Amino acid sequence: MKIAFTTSGDGPDAPLDSRFGRAPKFLVYDLDGDAWQMLDNAQNLGAAQGAGIQAAETVVRAGARAVVTGHCGPKAFRVLAAAGVTVYNSAAPTVATALADFRAGRLAPARGADVEGHWA
Amino acid sequence: MTRELVVISGKGGTGKTSVAASLAVLAGNAVVADCDVDAADLHLVLAPVVRRRHEFRAGRQAVVRPAACRGCGLCLAHCRFGAVLPPAAGAPAPAYAVDPLACEGCGVCARTCPTGAIDLPERVCGEWMVSDTRCGPLVHARLAAAAENSGKLVSIVRGEARRIAAASGRPLVIVDGPPGIGCPVIASVTGASQLLVVTEPTVSGEHDLARVLSLARHFGVPAAVCVNKWDLNPDLSERIEADARARGVALAGRVRYDREVTRAQIAARAVVETGAPAGEDIRRLWAVLASAAAAPDQSFQKDEV
Amino acid sequence: MNLAIASGKGGTGKTTLAVNLARVIGGPVQLLDCDVEAPNAHLFLGGPARERRVIGIPVPEVDPHRCDGCGECGRFCAWHAIVSFGTTPLVFPELCHGCGGCALVCPRGAIRETERRIGEVEIRQVDHITLVTGRLDVGVAAAPPLVAAVKAARREDVPAILDAPPGTSCPVVATLRGADAVLLVAEPTPFGLHDLELAVATVREMGLALGVVVNRMGSGDDRVQRWCAGEGLPVLLEIPDDLRVAQAYSRGELMVDAVPAYRPLLTGLLARIADLTRATGTVRAR
Repeated sequence: MKIAFTTSGDGPDAPLDSRFGRAPKFLVYDLDGDAWQMLDNAQNLGAAQGAGIQAAETVVRAGARAVVTGHCGPKAFRVLAAAGVTVYNSAAPTVATALADFRAGRLAPARGADVEGHWA
Repeated sequence: MTRELVVISGKGGTGKTSVAASLAVLAGNAVVADCDVDAADLHLVLAPVVRRRHEFRAGRQAVVRPAACRGCGLCLAHCRFGAVLPPAAGAPAPAYAVDPLACEGCGVCARTCPTGAIDLPERVCGEWMVSDTRCGPLVHARLAAAAENSGKLVSIVRGEARRIAAASGRPLVIVDGPPGIGCPVIASVTGASQLLVVTEPTVSGEHDLARVLSLARHFGVPAAVCVNKWDLNPDLSERIEADARARGVALAGRVRYDREVTRAQIAARAVVETGAPAGEDIRRLWAVLASAAAAPDQSFQKDEV
Repeated sequence: MNLAIASGKGGTGKTTLAVNLARVIGGPVQLLDCDVEAPNAHLFLGGPARERRVIGIPVPEVDPHRCDGCGECGRFCAWHAIVSFGTTPLVFPELCHGCGGCALVCPRGAIRETERRIGEVEIRQVDHITLVTGRLDVGVAAAPPLVAAVKAARREDVPAILDAPPGTSCPVVATLRGADAVLLVAEPTPFGLHDLELAVATVREMGLALGVVVNRMGSGDDRVQRWCAGEGLPVLLEIPDDLRVAQAYSRGELMVDAVPAYRPLLTGLLARIADLTRATGTVRAR
């Protein structure tokens, strides 16, 4: 199973980004292979609106079944839910800590968006 | 956590930019963002030295290759935006064309064209810049004449200002917003810490203020109101303030009508950098805004939406 | 006549000029308030709306029984307003521009269009003035379709004055398209001149006949007139900076009613506008 983490850095020790749609990058971690890959979300940073939708499309296409991020807005949540991707909110400082929390079952699935839609 | 104070007005010309420039001077170490991207004026006061320039590309635009056009007119039939121009009567090789000012870049014409004669290149809609000023970094932009996607450009300018603030440890971003309540305004206000709505005591100012405050409530952003040139019509100023209070919106202060404000603009100074009497009012306004920021639990607008 | 009144900068006096010109024009006139984000002309003319139309744009609605989840709609949409992952698509109407592309590309005819409300158009009759006001709903981003709806209410056989929104971007372009001439109202200040330059670039880009009105003469300096002279732009009228006018405006009164001495200034302006459109010929149709 693959999990997408929002981040501004380039590996597991990088900070977990609190934003979903406007996170600079995604780290997609494959629990089965214990391997990870980086996905760029830069083209989304300047979107006036719909950034969450495009980001959701990106992680769904990458095959992620879960997203771990700080906050998730309503449009992105709708798209992720429709694609069967579970969202987990986390305030962990780094991707690695968030991953450890996930493995240990310390993260609960979000039941909805936890922030308002943003344009910027 | 960086705070973001956004100055807007609804009605244009109420003094947003004059107030924003003074707040930038009083703040001293804020990052300033000029989000009135189709009529940006803040740089005329803050005298920026441009450090970086970036092309602003946004959306696509349909272009017909005349040699490949058979003149069937399917593009014209399907365009919802009136952007397809029919061939001039009597033209030797009749080809359709696209009016770039009306084209939304949806791609319907290119999709329907049986000969594939329509391309959809990206379009350059202006540029955005990062500059140094005497009161800190300024992120500003210039939308190309008659261009669109101003909301997207606003999002870029705001995002860059926030990034610079976070990276340089500056606690505040001051945004000079556009007039109105549409696309670029929505892009300027969503997710902001606080709005300062600068209005004037005129029936237009009052009417447009009500729309802006509804917008603030719609997007859940706390707002405070400042009546500029209040002594132009003291009774109406009272009424505007009473209405704002009734909506649960805080009053940040009044600024007097002062011809020195224009003289400051001509001298390329912020009002508070001159001896203009209105500068005293803006200093008081800033003190109110700063104290509200310092005590967020007693902050503006306990909005029970 | 189809005269648009615009300005780059807000608050320069567009609406003042528009409503006062309409008042002195002598004979039936239509005043189209195209500043749909902040419409104000009705505040100066009063009177009840005699007609109100709800304006919407077409947005997709997917029939889940016909849709096979192929995702073609989502791949086509330039605004990510419709999204599909092998299931019935999700629609985000607030992002939709109403191009109709999704319905067009759907191979199973599973998408039909319904109206999404974006605002309303009000029509008033005040003496000889027919005022058409567009009012964008709060929270709606896209003003141009509503501007188009305001203009669609125009009768071709009656002269029209269009009050544009401030700025130079899409709602302004939507207002100016098809105008016979554009009056740009400017303040004699640095902000005023800078925004006038941007507005002139936009009007020139559109290939429209153009004249300038300088408002609040005396509040700043002569930089606007000097620039206009250098650019060969006619300054058709200078309106003095007059506290009586500002106070009348603040109360919602017309300038020509509060200070009747301004009436001949505006009738003179009407004559010069007529000269302007004659001199430049009929404007290139777009």
